[in-house]
Amino acid sequence: MEFFERFAVPHPSPAIYASMVAIGLTVIAIIAGLTYFKKWGYLWREWLTTVDHKRIAIMYLISALLMLFRGGADAILMRAQLAVPDNKMLDAQHYNEIFTTHGVVMIMFMAMPFVFAFMNYLIPLQIGARDVAFPRLNAISFWLFFAGAMLFNISFVVGGSPDAGWTSYFPLAGNDFSTSVGTNYYMIALQISGLGTLMTGINMITTIFKMRAPGMTLMKMPMFTWSSLIANVIIVFAFPVLTVALAMGTMDRLFGTNFFTTSNGGMDMLWANLFWVWGHPEVYILILPAFGLYSEIIATFSGRNLYGYKSMVASMVLISLLSFLVWTHHFFTMGQGALTNSIFSITTMAIAVPTGVKIFNWLFTLWKGKIRFTVPMLYSLGFIPLFTVGGVTGVMLAMSAADYQYHNTMFLVAHFHNTIIPGVVFAMLAGFTYYWPKMFGFMLNEKIGKWTFWMLTVGFVLAFFPMYISGLDGQARRMYTYSEAAGFSMLNMLSFVGAAVMAFGFVLIVYNIYYSVRYSPRNIGANPWNARSLEWATHTPVPEYNFAITPNVASSEALRDVKNGHDLFPGKYEKIHMPNNSGLPFIMGVIFFVWGFSFVFAMWIPLIIATIGIFACMGYRSAEKDHGRYISVKEIEDTETKLRGA
Amino acid sequence: MSELFPRKQVMGFVFSLVLTAIALSVYFLDMSFTTGMIILLVTAFIQAGLQLVVFMHAGESKDKGVIYTNVYYALIIALVTIFGTLLILLWDM
Repeated sequence: MEFFERFAVPHPSPAIYASMVAIGLTVIAIIAGLTYFKKWGYLWREWLTTVDHKRIAIMYLISALLMLFRGGADAILMRAQLAVPDNKMLDAQHYNEIFTTHGVVMIMFMAMPFVFAFMNYLIPLQIGARDVAFPRLNAISFWLFFAGAMLFNISFVVGGSPDAGWTSYFPLAGNDFSTSVGTNYYMIALQISGLGTLMTGINMITTIFKMRAPGMTLMKMPMFTWSSLIANVIIVFAFPVLTVALAMGTMDRLFGTNFFTTSNGGMDMLWANLFWVWGHPEVYILILPAFGLYSEIIATFSGRNLYGYKSMVASMVLISLLSFLVWTHHFFTMGQGALTNSIFSITTMAIAVPTGVKIFNWLFTLWKGKIRFTVPMLYSLGFIPLFTVGGVTGVMLAMSAADYQYHNTMFLVAHFHNTIIPGVVFAMLAGFTYYWPKMFGFMLNEKIGKWTFWMLTVGFVLAFFPMYISGLDGQARRMYTYSEAAGFSMLNMLSFVGAAVMAFGFVLIVYNIYYSVRYSPRNIGANPWNARSLEWATHTPVPEYNFAITPNVASSEALRDVKNGHDLFPGKYEKIHMPNNSGLPFIMGVIFFVWGFSFVFAMWIPLIIATIGIFACMGYRSAEKDHGRYISVKEIEDTETKLRGA
Repeated sequence: MSELFPRKQVMGFVFSLVLTAIALSVYFLDMSFTTGMIILLVTAFIQAGLQLVVFMHAGESKDKGVIYTNVYYALIIALVTIFGTLLILLWDM
């Protein structure tokens, strides 16, 4: 029995036992459902083994939505705990675990896969390619992300969740203060999904540089592809830092090294430093693709070209460089001198300039445009003022002298939610609504969508604006309760109400999907929004080869050119070379999960076996002869006729 | 015949051997820790550049510009990160 005691949750509560039962029942229901409807073969052939960028994108999307609800449940629990003073609903330990997992899940397992979903789906379509440069690697990226996400998510029922904050600062995250396996989960799960992210970065950069359709020069790429290119460049330069930091942290916790300890020459502050060397560029990895989506949506629904294409690109290039020069602003109060803080204050304020350029470009795109207030456009229009408030409070925080007042308070929490929710989450929901017809062949209901938008916006303002005030009044972040005398009660109750309204908004999204699956008309054509760029030029649903004839592109608004008489698809059908499906990425994901789980619990024999398994998979791939397959002209003709008729 | 002789590669090979020998001398000669580290760092960076240009053929294809932009970008970010970290944790602490 002693062996199994390590898997017990160190701080059990009825809620955790209820979750265990719920997880068990869900797994049984899924297995029973798949067996009953005889869908195992379908699942394996069409999804688990797929290398198609569009299907991988949809799997990223589903994972992101699932994780949104997991992280959202954490958020509601936190707000409920803080809604009234001296609340006994959660104890301190449970609260620590919840704010830690909320942060990690939302950033790493919700926002990142959401961004990757759009990158995967849109980049090949926007540049007129058949797939990404390395389709097999793309599948491995997804399954590594998924293995990491699942490993992180089982932590709260097996062995205990991490509880040292999403930043996991040492020495708190070291063995002395975090005795459960929770922080091991953090280190290993992020390591596995981080590997997947790095591979995606390399894959997307190669795709964009090497696989653009004829005529599409770099300065004729749609804006989302540009923003993704920059984001992926940042990924490739920033993620290795996280990889190294996590490896050092893992060694400190499991092998007794002294990188981040407070004794034996260790330097605990080095973790904070390395974490934010990665962490700040990470912010831009999330926000740049979001900016790209807004650029596409605002141009479409204003009926105009995007204003200032070149300045958009230039500002993003500048942001990519500046994002590596500001990391110290996350720990102004750590004890470094005034000179350092001044340097990083100035670089931080400088980054507001290119961001401001982009805001003005969107405003000028709207200027004199014929604006259509659709759901994606509402999110974009809501984003501009709300994100600007977040940006302005960011400049406030950037003043290092003033930061001594703001740091570690709810003011900071309000600020970064104010940038991430209108910036990233609204963009993802806007993109989700905008590209839904391209992905699934029908529109989401506009009326329910508008209700969702207003619920989320009103809920967001109610939930986070009070935090600015309570933060300036001195409410510290990550405190699990406060006394009535502190005077935060009213503001926190308001936040809870806002969070509840947002929760209703997210439930409405699910209802909208259900409603639209049942009632939405299916005959919407290839370009239901009257959009302007290349991804809308192919059929809906998109055939697996994307474009029957490789497009010949004349500008960043390829579809607009067609209306002006440009011949986008010159030539005739030729046979198309496509990659074969493979089960190897999924199997590697499973082995990595076992590897990570063994590592978390320091079970060395399964760890060694899993390591051998990983290398065996790579060896198999090296020796494998897989030259892909061809889609014949006959098949293309049949598909095209069918899709055109529909 | 002389065009076929890989002059650049042979010179590169000899030069990389020389760099290795210099780095190795840190172990055999008696010098201060700082001097040794400086020699190791300098020879390491030259060695990496040499390998990249001569033996990994950076700059011999059409996407020369992209490759060199990437390398310089990586260098800038690596230097900023290292010197920034030194500034924060040692020089200005």
